Amino acid sequence: MRRRISTSVSAAWWAMLGAAGLDRARWRRLPRTTRRAIKAAIWVVIGLLLVWGGGVWQWSALPMAAVILLLVVPRYDRLTFRGRRVGRFVVPTGVLAIAIAYPFYASSNGAVNPGMPQLPIFGPLPQMSTMVGMAVFAMMALGLNFVVGYAGLLDLGYVAFYAMGSYMAGWFASSQFAKQDVFFGAVGVTPGLTGFHFSIWLVLIMAGIATAVVGVIIGLPTLRLRGDYLAIVTLGFGEIMPQIARNGDSLFGTGFNLTNGTGGITPIDPPGFGNWIGHHLHLPANYLTLGTNSDRAFFWTALVLVLITIFTSARLRDSRLGRAWVAIREDEVAAAAMGVPLMRTKTWAYATGAFFGGVGGAYYASYNSGAFPDEFFFNISVFILCMVILGGMGNIWGVLFGACFLEYLDQEGLSNVGAWLNGHFGPGGSVFEVWHKTLQVPLYEFGIYGVIIVVIMLFRPEGLIPSRRRAAEFHEGVHDQPLYDTAA
Amino acid sequence: MAEPLLQTYALRKEFGGLIAVDDVDFTVPEGSIVSLIGPNGAGKTTFFNMLTGVYKPTAGRIVFAGEDLTGRPPHTYTQRGIGRTFQNIRLFQNMTALENVLVGMHTRLKARLLESIVRTPRVKHEEHEARVRARELLQYCGLVRKDEEIGRNLSYGDQRRLEVARALATQPKLLLLDEPTAGMNPQETAEFTQFVARLRTERGLTVLLIEHDMRVVMGVSDRVTVLDYGEKIAEGSPTEIQKNERVIEAYLGTAAVTAS
Repeated sequence: MRRRISTSVSAAWWAMLGAAGLDRARWRRLPRTTRRAIKAAIWVVIGLLLVWGGGVWQWSALPMAAVILLLVVPRYDRLTFRGRRVGRFVVPTGVLAIAIAYPFYASSNGAVNPGMPQLPIFGPLPQMSTMVGMAVFAMMALGLNFVVGYAGLLDLGYVAFYAMGSYMAGWFASSQFAKQDVFFGAVGVTPGLTGFHFSIWLVLIMAGIATAVVGVIIGLPTLRLRGDYLAIVTLGFGEIMPQIARNGDSLFGTGFNLTNGTGGITPIDPPGFGNWIGHHLHLPANYLTLGTNSDRAFFWTALVLVLITIFTSARLRDSRLGRAWVAIREDEVAAAAMGVPLMRTKTWAYATGAFFGGVGGAYYASYNSGAFPDEFFFNISVFILCMVILGGMGNIWGVLFGACFLEYLDQEGLSNVGAWLNGHFGPGGSVFEVWHKTLQVPLYEFGIYGVIIVVIMLFRPEGLIPSRRRAAEFHEGVHDQPLYDTAA
Repeated sequence: MAEPLLQTYALRKEFGGLIAVDDVDFTVPEGSIVSLIGPNGAGKTTFFNMLTGVYKPTAGRIVFAGEDLTGRPPHTYTQRGIGRTFQNIRLFQNMTALENVLVGMHTRLKARLLESIVRTPRVKHEEHEARVRARELLQYCGLVRKDEEIGRNLSYGDQRRLEVARALATQPKLLLLDEPTAGMNPQETAEFTQFVARLRTERGLTVLLIEHDMRVVMGVSDRVTVLDYGEKIAEGSPTEIQKNERVIEAYLGTAAVTAS
């Protein structure tokens, strides 16, 4: 079936080229760069036509298309500068530039920019609050990628780290522990409020480290297990953490209020650089005082966090430790026999993954100004895992894409698609009334993700943007046998 | 003779009720080439797995270079200087030849997590050196211009060579080869036999090999140990072993001995 789909796609492709007067032989004779350019141009034109036909046309779609063409068409990978291959940085830098510029394009004074084109079916491009979520989840998905993608350990309880990070922010940047009165660089705190109020930047680091420690504590007893067993135990830990959060308002019956129970901890201090640094470096003293433009600051900060995560991922992937992770994923026995300490190496993967989960959780808690136990259900673990699988396990760009796409669907995409479906086929639909009661598409969210994952697993198990190695593993398999009686 | 490099005392392994290795005392003198032979299922590979920490012995002790390693995890054995290959090739199939060798160097490299992220000059230097050495090793083992080849795409013979290269990358004092010539044709086998001899003369390695091909065993070994049903039934020079009645009996059955 997979082959049949690709055959029909290529048939359509040749039909299009034929209409343009290019038969197969002539096409093949063209230089590769030209073919690339034509191919990309055709796709962009199709995209523009779709926007024009099914979305809301705005002239700003044209410069957008030009930027995409400029990124995709030239073969930057061969570019060198003074003997160094700088070409491979061109496209990432371009993507980053688009991301940085996006807030100016997408919003003005907090409202959606009316000059923005709207896509067919999906509707408007993502809003700033969605972009913040996308960045935070990109960070967490990249964190999970250390565990699942690099080391090949299935972790179904990643939400535990997210929760841990959030509550770290709740404990050290709010009035949760009202008997304490520690103030260290926090901004936006009403005078007279007690509790721990550390600067959010410090809290991010503390949350990362504390979560990494929790990761090690969870990891030490569980990482001896393999495959399915490990997955089940991590699943358990992923359930324990939110339970503690939900019932932690009187820890062990002592009356000690750790998590404020179902009410959650709120408000949590916003990020900011304080008056002195803010004044001297022209950085916002307090993100919330930026008013309608505060989401921009939140987004750019999240972007910096994502960049740090990408940098770490790339560096570790190509290091001694990264090789050891892949070796364990491929064959534990051989890895151990080649001198890779299994427990220690796996624990590092776990701790690194947990670190970024914690930082992401703390930042998101600060953005949402609260840590609430009902955010940390099992479905978040699966959600983040889906991001990794959809994009491509072990590939940084794949995971980034998976995270952004799924988080976008979660925040906006599905309701937009739902609105489009209802508008066309729902009650009083403009095309044809197929169903007579408004369809609540976002309610079927996890069903839809399930379908996406099943389809991906059937047709492209290595993910949309796979790492070369992972693709080979999925198609050829690995021989991974248990390490008999030594898991030590 | 100096103190033996490897020594086992009454090494024993039981799987449930089955005794796979039965109180074997065994020594490998430094600088020697020792072969371990025996019929199928004699417990040779189990014995090997204990010598590399993959199995924990039920009883007995393993002493390597004067240090008791019994019960330590596999990577400790590698760290102390025992390198091995596998009977059924266990390369990292989706890594390149070079990466396979680099994984072998794991214990000899020092880069730690934070250093690797920052990529300090020391780490950069170490990584560069490691790659140079890895290329040399591939060349030494006869893998010319195969650095970037993915493990699974290598020919069978090359995969065997890469296993040896990877084991050498751990910088072993003692190299354990588990049926290294299995599946090789006579010419390849002859070449490999010479290669093993070269490992000793050029790299000062001590070699312990499990082998079925008697031309290899008789060609390179200083000493031969014979296992049968987990028990050591004979030990001696190749010529002694060839004449040993219990050995002939183990391989060919009692009738063969009576007939001769």
